[in-house]
Amino acid sequence: MSVAEPAGVEPQASAVERKHESWTARVREAAVDALPPEKLLPDGQPTYVASWIYLFGVASIASLVVIIASGSILALKGPAWWHFTGVGHFFNSIHLWAVELFFFVMVVHLWGKYWVAAWRGGRVRVWITGAIIFLIAIPTALTGYVSQQNFDAQWISTQAKDALNSVGVGAFFNVTNFGQMYSWHVLLFPLAVVALVAGHVLLVRTHGVVPPFELQKRLELAGARAGDPSAGAGAGGRDGGGGGGA
Amino acid sequence: MIVLAAVFNLNHPAHTVDWHFIHLSVANVVVIGLMFVVFALAIALPFPGAERRRRALK
Repeated sequence: MSVAEPAGVEPQASAVERKHESWTARVREAAVDALPPEKLLPDGQPTYVASWIYLFGVASIASLVVIIASGSILALKGPAWWHFTGVGHFFNSIHLWAVELFFFVMVVHLWGKYWVAAWRGGRVRVWITGAIIFLIAIPTALTGYVSQQNFDAQWISTQAKDALNSVGVGAFFNVTNFGQMYSWHVLLFPLAVVALVAGHVLLVRTHGVVPPFELQKRLELAGARAGDPSAGAGAGGRDGGGGGGA
Repeated sequence: MIVLAAVFNLNHPAHTVDWHFIHLSVANVVVIGLMFVVFALAIALPFPGAERRRRALK
């Protein structure tokens, strides 16, 4: 049963006030303002994204998914399984080679973004989060190598301890301590990498994929200075499409 | 029991490339070289459908 509002009273006013008092409503509104659904899950990309070099970011994420999945199985089954059974060897190898692929494609992604100066257009946080992911991925891999429970792990940890002692962190990051290294490898570092990757992707969605340098305009300007209005023809098209924003 | 041999003989210390302070295993040099090759190909090779999309926008 509905109750009629008295004349002159705004029926929604109290509801709106309540909504803005709620931190969940404020967070939701800020999130939707920063990243509306059509930007969060776009159904198209600018024309310049149609290039192989733009695939290495998503290839890094695909490798990371395989790393997390295979690592979860290894964590469930334990060292005896990954050392002494055929299936264990298989998942151990999948985990290793997914890491190799992750670093391979992440480095190519880094080069691709460096040479288009991907921090342009307010994207500095995208660049910084990417750089931090790369730096955290290195000790994540190192703690994995020293957690293998074999002679290889012993060799790597005894070599690495000298480097870490020389920079003064060996006392609280002891690579010869399997329990400590395994905890870092299966919990703390992956948590940091996954959280930063999520933030990195959301920042890319917020700012759009960085466009290439405006080659067409620069060629046209150069042609105008040289008195050749046709200069630059044929170099266009790469900036078409928009959507990413500069 | 059938024991499969490795494709390469691994029963020796790694071969390395040494130049001044640079000291890299051949395996790592190969991987770094492959990264350069893949990077160059990713820029040089045309992406399927890219030209059609660009023409459609003109």
